[in-house]
Parts: sequence; structure tokens; C-alpha cells
Amino acid sequence: MPFSRALNAGLRKALADSDRVLLMGEDIGKLGGVFRVTEGLQAEFGERRVLDTPLAESAIIGTAIGLAMGGFRPVCEIQFDGFVFPGFDQITSQLAKLTYRHEGALQMPVVIRIPYGGHIGAVEHHQESPEAYFTHTPGLRVVSPSTPNDAYWMIQDAISSPDPVIFLEPKSRYWQKGEVDASARALPLHASRVVRRGTDVTIVAHGAMVATALQAAALAEAEGTSCEVVDLRSLSPIDYGPILDSVRRTGRMVYAQEASGFTSLGSEVAATVMERAFYSLEAPVLRVSGFDTPFPPAKLEGIFLPDADRILEAVDRTLAY
Amino acid sequence: MTPSEDTSLVRVLAADGSLAPTAAAERYLPLIDALAESELETFYRDMVVIRAFDREATNLQRQGQLALWPPSLGQEAAQVGSARAARPQDHLFPSYREHVVCTIRGVDPVDIIRVMRGLTHGGWNPFDPKNGNTHVYTLVLGAQTPHSTGLAMGITLDGRSGTGDLERDEAVIVYYGDGASSQGDVHESMVFAASYQTPQVFFLQNNQWAISVPVSTQSRSPLYLRGEGIGIPSVQVDGNDVLASYAVSKVALDEARAGGGPRAIEALTYRMGAHTTSDDPTKYRTSDEERSWAERDPIERMRVFLRGRGASDAFFADVEAEGRALAEDVRTRTTALETIPADLIFSNVYSDPHPLVDEQRAWLAGYEASFEEDPS
Ligand SMILES: Cc1ncc(C[n+]2csc(CCOP(=O)(O)OP(=O)(O)O)c2C)c(N)n1
Repeated sequence: MPFSRALNAGLRKALADSDRVLLMGEDIGKLGGVFRVTEGLQAEFGERRVLDTPLAESAIIGTAIGLAMGGFRPVCEIQFDGFVFPGFDQITSQLAKLTYRHEGALQMPVVIRIPYGGHIGAVEHHQESPEAYFTHTPGLRVVSPSTPNDAYWMIQDAISSPDPVIFLEPKSRYWQKGEVDASARALPLHASRVVRRGTDVTIVAHGAMVATALQAAALAEAEGTSCEVVDLRSLSPIDYGPILDSVRRTGRMVYAQEASGFTSLGSEVAATVMERAFYSLEAPVLRVSGFDTPFPPAKLEGIFLPDADRILEAVDRTLAY
Repeated sequence: MTPSEDTSLVRVLAADGSLAPTAAAERYLPLIDALAESELETFYRDMVVIRAFDREATNLQRQGQLALWPPSLGQEAAQVGSARAARPQDHLFPSYREHVVCTIRGVDPVDIIRVMRGLTHGGWNPFDPKNGNTHVYTLVLGAQTPHSTGLAMGITLDGRSGTGDLERDEAVIVYYGDGASSQGDVHESMVFAASYQTPQVFFLQNNQWAISVPVSTQSRSPLYLRGEGIGIPSVQVDGNDVLASYAVSKVALDEARAGGGPRAIEALTYRMGAHTTSDDPTKYRTSDEERSWAERDPIERMRVFLRGRGASDAFFADVEAEGRALAEDVRTRTTALETIPADLIFSNVYSDPHPLVDEQRAWLAGYEASFEEDPS
């Protein structure tokens, strides 16, 4: 099943399981969203459960907060990564802090779905990597599935969460197919996962970059280097267990991400691994990332975004220590 | 979803091309009477020629030459009327569908193409005189409105409007859609404009749809009333009538430039094509609706009107030929566009040198060179 259909199935399940779940966003009704993730859901659940909202992100998130106060579980769709910022104040200053401000008297079960990242050749503001803004904000949980099975389960888990969840959908993966096991959840929402075993270098990645990391690992194997690949899945909180275990075995780590490297997820994971597994490391932890520049025009994204070669270059550098 | 029959609507040309001013249009008629035949012909020429460009761009996208194209098909009259009403010293802030506005002001159509081909995020310098003070496209809805208000505030601070010399006084016009009108930025910008009495016109093209969402979701009352509510005198105009669009824009801009404060215009029009080339309008609107608007096509209306005034076959043939020539020129130059050097990733991120960017620029150069040296 393609990733976008898996999300659709997960949303349908959540809508069917509880009539307190609402979907809201721009063009999510008749059109089914510009990526068709919500296709058919309005026809099935009606206009009171699947809301085509006016075109106002601050109000989409602000009203979702109020709906949550009224006992609903709203799932907001932001059409593209670059359009979350008109709603940024409501997310970071309000949504993230209301439970804290109410000393726990109020829960904020709001999910914000954001298609993010590059590799679809779009125009500006349609491909960005805003994850660090959200992981930097206490009170938010931030997750990003990389496979259809995770998409199916993680969206349901995010909706069940009593906390606000920023749900980052790697948009270049929407059309990728994979098995979905609807009979059993593989992992809890906040677990990271080893997706390929290896012994020489640990590559950690999230979202769309997991696929690139796996590609790099396959190429490395052809040259005799064995890479282990860990999919973060949850960006905040981070489940360090599998990462630290892996690094303790391989002694080397590379973090691969599309986002700019400066004060990024990779920076955070690198620092923590350095603190907690210092004596296991044979080489400094390296980051492979987009450059510290704005996301460039589409014709240059192939150079801006790290590919398997750029990851391999870093793998070689760690091995050279 | 038909233009409101509200008596406050300004319309001069009926859908069948006959001169049939509404009551609200009366005050604008002297302005239209004063137009020379050649100016009327220019309005028509603008619409036809740029529609030909727009069609060509849509085809280029279909052939994989562009990442995306937002067609302006059907909105030519609103755009031509307002852009032709602006004086050379005025500043224009488009969103992303104002191809007609841009080209009238001198922006090279291929500069717009470059944005949609993924070669640039901007494409032209608004302050280069050849671009007629036309600012670059903004893809975040409504984000350009506060910028336009700020520029207009600066004009007031500098005393470059309200001096009594309409030939030199400056004004600003900002374009946005019915969907964008729901954004906080648009409201906040209007509040500032009213507070500081900016020399500015808010030009809302209500093309009835924000992708798949009808204007009724954005507003239960006519959108021009929002301006009124904030204290900005506002009018509603038939945006498929180029004469009406010209006249209301001219009056609004001149009143604003004379120091009268901001004005707002809601132009009722219709997006005849898809939202962009990746949209499928059959999912959300009926062919009946599309047909009823096709009958109100702005170009056809003006063609009948000019015919009635005696425009010659040769004139119409000439305009068609000009459209074809532009389309062909755009096609040739689009396919000849070079890819851009990788170094552009690092250029202009900051104006002053920045060590992190410099370091990464050098790293990429070395990295790419390492592939060239390695023959494998
Ligand atoms: C802040 C923001 N949110 C969402 C989008 C995605 N989007 C692009 S165009 C569009 C519809 C805009 O409708 P309208 O303002 O009426 O202008 P039109 O495209 O009809 O000319 C949407 C939702 C965006 N560009 N910016």
C-alpha cells in the first residue's frame, strides 16, 4: 500500500473509532487534500467531521486548541511545510504550553500533519524542513514515519496521544509502497528502530532520509563496509536506546538529514551520543545535512539535499580516523 | 456564484459586449469617455496577447518544461484594468497569478517562467526601471500585503504622496485572492493602512475559488465589506469588465495618492482554468458553472464592444499574430534557459560574508572536484 493510502487508512480508522476525532484543513474535503491523503473521508464521515476550513493557518490551529478544550481530538492538515508559519505562534506559544499553564488541568490532544522535505521539485515554500523549530519547543511531541506501516500506526497513536503531536510526513515518500500490517502495531509511537543491521558504522536518519541511508548502506556493503541504519521515528522525545546500543557496537556514527545542519536534530543527537557513549567512539560523530542556506530553487535541490554519495563520503571520513 | 446583482456593483460593459453601466458606474463614466480609441485597443491587445502567453506556459508545463504553472486564464480584465490604471511611479505587489499585471509593467514573461521552472525564487528586481516597480511573486498567501503597506507608509514618511502633484505622487497597489483574504496578514495590513492612512489600494481578485474551496467558505458577506469594516472605502467591480476595472482602479489609486488614505477593490472574476497545473477542478466544480462564466469571458466582451465601435479585421488579426509571436518567443527562450550554477545555493544568503556559508561553499567545490578527478 502506498504511504499516502496508509495514512488515509489510519485516519479512517481513527475517525471510525471515535466520533470525537475531527479532521480540519484547507482543501481536505472534496479534493481530499493536495496530496489526496484525506481522499474520500469527507464523503464517508460528513462535513461535520472532515472540515474544509477557511484559508487561515493561525485560525486552523487556534480553533483546534479550542476544540480540544471542548473534548474533541482535532487533526489539522497544513497544506505544505512552508505554510505552517502563519500558525507558528498558535503552535509554539499556545498549543505547546497550555497543559503546563493549566498545571495539568487541561490536555491538548491536537495533531498537526505537515508534509515536509524535498525531492518533489516544487517551487519555494513547498519544500522545507522545519523540524528543529518544533523539537526546540517544550510541550510538543514531534514524530515522522518513514514507511507505510509506520504511517498507518503512528497517525493513530498520535491521535490517541493526550499531548499535541507535530506529525511530519516526508512528502517524497507519499507514493512509496510497503506492507501494512493492520493486525498488530510493531512499535510504540516514541520508539526508534534499527532498520538494517551492520557492524562498522551507525547511520541515524529520520523521515525521507531513512531511505537514502539504506541506499548508502547497500552501496557501502558492495565496498566491504557494513553499516547499521537507525530510523529515529520520534524526533521529540528521542529514544536513545537503539542508537546508543548501535554506536557502542560500531564505534562510529553519521547523522543524515535533509534539514540544514546548524542547530538541527543531527546536532542534538550527535551531542547526546558524545555525552553518553564517549568511550565507545572511535571517531567524532558526523552530520550530513542540507547546507545552511535557504532551500534552493528546484533545479538545485539535487545538490542541496544529501544523497547516498554524500552519506558515504561521511562514512569514509569516520572510518579514516 | 454569479456576480452579485447588488446595485453597488460597478459594471460598464455587459456580458454581451454592450455598453450598459450600472448605477454605481455612473461616477466613473467620464473617465471611460476620456479614453482614446488606441487605449481601448491596448486593453484588448494586453488581454489577448498575455492569454496566448499563459496558454503557452500551461503547455510548457505539460511538456515537463516547468515544475508548475498557475494560469491567469479568465482574470485578464481585472489585471489589465488595474495595471493600466497605475502610473509609472506606483509600486505593484502581486501574489503569484498576476502574469498580466507583471508583463504590462515590463517584467519579461520568461522571468516569470524562471520561477515556475525552478531556477529562481525571485526572478526580477522590482527596482530595475524596466520592471516597473513590480515586486516578485509571493507564494505564502497574503504575506505581501503588510509589505505593501510598509512601503506605502514609507512613501508617506518621505512625503512622496499627497503633495497635490498627481503626476509625481506615488501609490501602491497590492493583489491577493478571495482565499488569501482570510489570512491574518491581510487584516493586519488593512488595519495598519487605515491607521496610517497609506497611499494604497487593496486589489482583491475574487475568482470564486481557493483551490477547491468556494468563496462562500471564506465569507458570508461580500468581501469588499471587510475593507469598509476597517475604515477603508471599498468598492465591488465586475472584474471581467476591463473598462470598469480600469476606472475604479484609476479613481482609487488617484484618491490614495492624493492623500485620501487607502482604498479597497473587490473584483468579481473567475478562474477559468485549474488552480495550477497539478489541480483537477472537475473534482469540485460543475461544468455548468464553468460554462456560465465562459459566457462572461472578459476578452470576448471587449472584442464585441470594439467591433461595435468599428475596429477592423486587420486590428484583430494583428493582435492574434502578436499573441502567437510572444508565445513562440517564450517557448524558444524557455527551452534555451541554462541550468543554474550550484554556487547560487550560497549566494545572497547574507549580504555580508558569513563563515559557515563560505565554509560550505568551499566544501561543495572540493567535493564536486573529487568526482572529476576520479575517473571511476
Ligand atoms: C499561507 C498559505 N497557506 C496555504 C497555501 C496553499 N495554497 C496555495 S494557493 C491556495 C488557494 C489560494 O486561493 P486565493 O487566495 O483565492 O487565490 P487564487 O489561487 O484563487 O488566485 C492555497 C490554499 C499557501 N500558498 N499559503
